[in-house]
Amino acid sequence: MAAAPVHFYERVNRAVNDPRLQRALDKATGHFILMRRQALEEMLDPDVVRDRARAIRAEALAHLDEYLEQLAANIEAHGGHVHWASDGASARQYIVDLARARNVRTIVKSKSMASEEISLNAALEAQGIHVFETDLGEYVIQLAGETPSHFVAPIIHKTTDQVAELFVQKLQMPPTDDAQAIAQTARRRLRQAFLTADMGISGVNFGVAETGTVVIVTNEGNGRLTTSTPRIHVALMGIERLVPTVDDLLVMLQLLARSATGQRLSAYTTLVTGPARPGEPDGPEEFHLVLLDNGRSRILGTDYAEALLCIRCGACLNHCPIFQEISGHGYGALYSGPIGAVLTPLFQGINEDTRYLPQASSLCGACKEVCPVRIDIPRMLLQLRHDTVKQGKAPAMERLQLALWRLAMSSPGLYALGGKIAHWTLSRLARHGRVRRLPPPLNAWTKSRDFPVFAPRSFQERWAARHSEQQKN
Amino acid sequence: MANQQRLVALFPTCIVDMIYPEIAEATAMLLERAGVTVVVPPGQTCCGQVAFNSGEWRDAASIARRNLKVLCGWGDVVMPSGSCAAMIRHSYAQLFRNDPSLLAATHELAARTYELTEYLVDILGVTDLGARFNGRITIHDACHGLRGLGLARQLRLLLANVAGAQIVEAPEHDRCCGFGGLFSVKQSTISSAMVARKVEMLCATGADVAVTGDASCMTQINGRMSRLGVPMRVLHIAQLLAGTPKGALQNT
Repeated sequence: MAAAPVHFYERVNRAVNDPRLQRALDKATGHFILMRRQALEEMLDPDVVRDRARAIRAEALAHLDEYLEQLAANIEAHGGHVHWASDGASARQYIVDLARARNVRTIVKSKSMASEEISLNAALEAQGIHVFETDLGEYVIQLAGETPSHFVAPIIHKTTDQVAELFVQKLQMPPTDDAQAIAQTARRRLRQAFLTADMGISGVNFGVAETGTVVIVTNEGNGRLTTSTPRIHVALMGIERLVPTVDDLLVMLQLLARSATGQRLSAYTTLVTGPARPGEPDGPEEFHLVLLDNGRSRILGTDYAEALLCIRCGACLNHCPIFQEISGHGYGALYSGPIGAVLTPLFQGINEDTRYLPQASSLCGACKEVCPVRIDIPRMLLQLRHDTVKQGKAPAMERLQLALWRLAMSSPGLYALGGKIAHWTLSRLARHGRVRRLPPPLNAWTKSRDFPVFAPRSFQERWAARHSEQQKN
Repeated sequence: MANQQRLVALFPTCIVDMIYPEIAEATAMLLERAGVTVVVPPGQTCCGQVAFNSGEWRDAASIARRNLKVLCGWGDVVMPSGSCAAMIRHSYAQLFRNDPSLLAATHELAARTYELTEYLVDILGVTDLGARFNGRITIHDACHGLRGLGLARQLRLLLANVAGAQIVEAPEHDRCCGFGGLFSVKQSTISSAMVARKVEMLCATGADVAVTGDASCMTQINGRMSRLGVPMRVLHIAQLLAGTPKGALQNT
C-alpha cells in the first residue's frame, strides 16, 4: 500500500535506523516533556489559563482584520513602516528592495520559521548580501546546509558531537566535546556579525494590536541583539500571530515558554514598539513590519480556522510518538509534527506532495492533550483525510480496498463469510498458532509482528448456537 | 432500575467477534456477574472506524446508518472497546452533522453507548467482580478510550479488587502502541518502532501480564511480544477479570 511518496518512506527508514538521531530525539523530547509538566504543575490552575489563552487567540482571529489595522496604525504612529504581503514573493521583494535601497551588506537574523517558509535567505544571498542566522540552532543548520527539524529547537535531530564535528570542519574549531566551548565558538563568530550588520531580521512571536508592539522570545539574547544593534530592524510576522491587548500578551507569555521548554519565561522576552525615538542612544533608526498572509487568510472561517490559533510552542511535536521516531526531517515539510501535518496541506493544498502528511498519525490525541490553546488536531487530521477523498486525491487502490471492506461490513452474511475465509487462510499460514508471514500488502505487519489466527466460530455464532441449544432444552 | 432487571445489549466489535470471541464471552460473563441480563442484537458487524479514519465518510456513514438500525431499541449498548465506543459516541454525530433526520437517532444511541469498564464502574457501580490473579499486572492505556472517553480510573479500580494481584504502572503507560488502525500497515515502519518502545516499557516493569481495554492494541503489542519471544503477553481486561487467561493466550 504505497500511500505516501517513496521519499517519505526512505526518510522514515533512515530515521528509525539512525541511533544518533534516536538518542538526540529521546534526550530532547524527554527533557521538554518533563520540564513542561513540572512548569504547568506549579501554576495554580493551568487549565483555566489554557482556556483563557484559547479565548484570547480566538478573539484575535474573529476580528483579525480590525486588529491588524490597529497594529499597523500604532506601528506607523511610532514611526515604523508596515508592508502587507499577500504571499511569499511580495514579502521577499519588499525586504530585498529595502536591503538594496539601504546598501545593506550584512544581515543578522533571529529565528523566523516564516522566513524559512518564504525562502528569504536564498533571495537575499542571491543579491550578494551575507545573512547570518544567530539562533545557535539555526546557525548550525545554516552551516550544515539543512532545514530546521523543530520550531523551537532547530537542531533537535543533532547530538552535541555532531555539532562539534561540524564546527571543526566549517569553523576550524579545535576538537572538543565541551558544550560550553562549542557555544563560545559560535558566540565569537556571531558577535562579529552582530556588530557589523546593517540590518536585523526577526520573527514575531506575538504582535500586540493595542500598542503596536512586536514580541520576540529567545533564550540566547540573539533576538535582543538582532533587533537593537543594526540600524534597520525588519520583523516578519504571520498575520495570525496576533493578540489584542497587553493583558492578553501576559496570559500568552505564561504559557508559551512553559509549553515549549518548561521554562517559566525564556531568558529574553523582547518587546519592540517601533524604531528608536529621537534622542534615544540605542536602537534601530528604522523599523519595518512585514505582515505575511501566504495562505493564512484562506483558512479563516473554515473548519480549519482553529489551526491558526497555533503559537508555535512545539509541545505537540515533543509529545507526538511519530515525531519522536522520525523528527521534523522525517515529515519532509517545514512545518512538521501534528500541527505541521495540518498546516502544510492547508497552506499548499492537498496534493501528491502533501496528502500523506495527515496519514502520518495514529490519531492518539497526545497533541490535543498538550496544546496550550487546545487545538483539536486529530479532528482536523481526520477532516483532511476526508477532504483528500472528496477531492479525488486518495490513492485508487486504497479506495477500492475500503469499498470492499464496506461491502463486507454492510451484510452479516458477507461479514461472516469473510471471517470464515480469514480463519481458513490464516490457519493454513500459521505455525504454532500464529502467522509469521502474511501475503502482501499485509506483509508489512508481519515484517515485525506475528498475527493471530481468526477464531473458527465468531462470538455471534457461538452465542447464537448456545442460545438455540438452551431454547431446545 | 435494579440491576437484576436490566437488559444490556452486547456489541462485540469486529476484532473481538472474529479473532477473540472469548473476550466477548468474558464480557458477557462479567456483566452477568454484575447482575444484568445480556442480550446480543443479531446481525452486528463493525462500528465503522476503519472507514472513518481513512476519510471515507460515505462508507463510514453507511455502516453507521446500519448500526443505528441494528441497535435501535436495545437499551444500553456495552462493548469491550474504548475506540468503538468513542466512534459511536463522538464520530457518528460528525458523520451526520448535516443530516437532521439522523441526528436525533445518533444522539439517542450515543447516550446509551458504553465501554465495558466505564459501564461496570460508573453505571452499575460494581468494582469487585470476584476476580483472582496471582501475579504482577501492568497496564497499557489505549489511546481512544483514554483521550476520547476519559477511561483510566475505572480499569484501575477494577484491577485493585483482583485478589492476589499486584499492580505495577509502566513508564508512559498512556503512550500510543502504534496500532492506529490501518496506520499499523500503511506506516508499518513507524508503527513497528512505536510498538517496540511500548514492549520495552511494559517488560521493564517485570510484570507477568499487561492489561488493556482494546483488542486492537492487544493485537499490536502481542504481535511484537510474540515475535520477540518475550514471556509477557497482553490480556484484555475482560479476560483477566473473568479468569480466562489460558484461553486468551492460546490465540496470541
